[in-house]
Amino acid sequence: MKLNLLRLAILGSILLFWEAVAASGLLFRDVVPSLLKIASALGHLGVNADFYHNLSATAGEVGISLAIGGSIGVVAGLLLGGSRLLGKSFEPYIHYLGPTPKIIFFPVMIMWFGIGPGSKIAMGAISCFFPVALITAAGMRQIDQVLIRVGRSFRASTWQMVTKIYFPAMRHPMLNGLRLGFGVSVIGVLLAETKLSNRGLGFLVMQSYSQFDMPGMYALLLVVFALAILVNAIISRLGGLAVSEI
Amino acid sequence: MTTRPLAEAKWLPATLGLGGIAVALLLAELAIRMEWLSRFIVPLPSDVLMSFERIILEEDVLSRFLATAGEALAAALLVSFVGVALGALLHGNRLLRRACESWVAGLAAAPLVLLYPLFLVIFGRNALTIVMIGFVSGLPPAILKTVEGLSGTRKVLLDVGRSFSLSPSQLFWKIRFPSALPVIFVGVRLGLMFSLINIVGVEFLINFGGLGQLVNELAERYDLAAMYAAICFVILVSICFFIASEKLERWLVS
Repeated sequence: MKLNLLRLAILGSILLFWEAVAASGLLFRDVVPSLLKIASALGHLGVNADFYHNLSATAGEVGISLAIGGSIGVVAGLLLGGSRLLGKSFEPYIHYLGPTPKIIFFPVMIMWFGIGPGSKIAMGAISCFFPVALITAAGMRQIDQVLIRVGRSFRASTWQMVTKIYFPAMRHPMLNGLRLGFGVSVIGVLLAETKLSNRGLGFLVMQSYSQFDMPGMYALLLVVFALAILVNAIISRLGGLAVSEI
Repeated sequence: MTTRPLAEAKWLPATLGLGGIAVALLLAELAIRMEWLSRFIVPLPSDVLMSFERIILEEDVLSRFLATAGEALAAALLVSFVGVALGALLHGNRLLRRACESWVAGLAAAPLVLLYPLFLVIFGRNALTIVMIGFVSGLPPAILKTVEGLSGTRKVLLDVGRSFSLSPSQLFWKIRFPSALPVIFVGVRLGLMFSLINIVGVEFLINFGGLGQLVNELAERYDLAAMYAAICFVILVSICFFIASEKLERWLVS
């Protein structure tokens, strides 16, 4: 009860402060628009078919990039985690390339995949690959050796080892990797859309910027943040379920 | 049976890793020279290597590096002071922490770098926008790890402090803060990584500042070899930064 009251009080104070700044005229006109204008822009977004068209474009690009980057990352992680030699040889490069700013590869992706959705998907896939590969490799090394010995004692084939031992034992780290991969692939796709695109939520944000439609930009940013946090929470919840099921 | 002793030989993984990269580059060189790959899309690795001299001498890469480093330093200072202060504030008030910690964790999952068009409107197309993006994106991990570090202070240390009748302020500065320092540094390091990634990213996107702008300019000039060399330079700078911060973290923890 106290907690909810405090949360409401904090939110209320922030909104009141925002409204006061908007009414004061201290900042440039419309840089801090009134809450009413932002709510109205949010309402417009909700009934705007163009918004859903762009949302589906971004969602499609993120989904495909996650599928491509995630699956390549899982395979690479399995190889690196499964072989000590490969892990020691190549994992340091992935470890150190992981935190580099991926957006600088965008000109290269444009050269390779064109200015359409291909380059955005590639950006998302590159961003997603590194966390998925590193977490899968770490997860692979943490599998209980007893499980692996049990599988071998039953003379399980490689495919059976992967599907019956490795994958079930690694559901949690893999989902965690996908959660992180999702976060960075959203960033990769959206940033690529802001740089060069004619569709997607990143494009819409830049359109609002170029038209100085500040309430529209705030509304879009709120929707993007809310969606990203929501999907992240859903994958985290799935990861939690996987742990309890193991 | 045979791979285990090989894998334990120190020279082999390094040789295999470097050798693998060298072979990949040689294959790329060969494929481009044989015109299996278009050199208008992928430049010759040898051309990229030769372009390093050009980007250092003609593109003034040192001053661009200093510009990016300056922005990163400003963001790092902001992240360190504000992040640690906010973390300490949340840790000090249990109710406030319970109310806000999940919000901060939510912000850590949000693509905060997408705020850059908004910051362009507020601060203009200048270094302040880049620093503020770096600051905002680096803040959540610094706050969360500060809270975690301060909460993880061993009870026996606190009891010793209380037995000496230390005031709450003395307890914080003499016991909680020093014992939490390694975990706080992990948060600050994570924050700095996010800051650096976003600083270079926004430099590239708004074509302003240091190394990110260099990559963008070379791409717009269609100087492919130099663009690849600039990308390699950014990667090298990032790797050096991360190795240095990892070593510092290990030193602090030890």
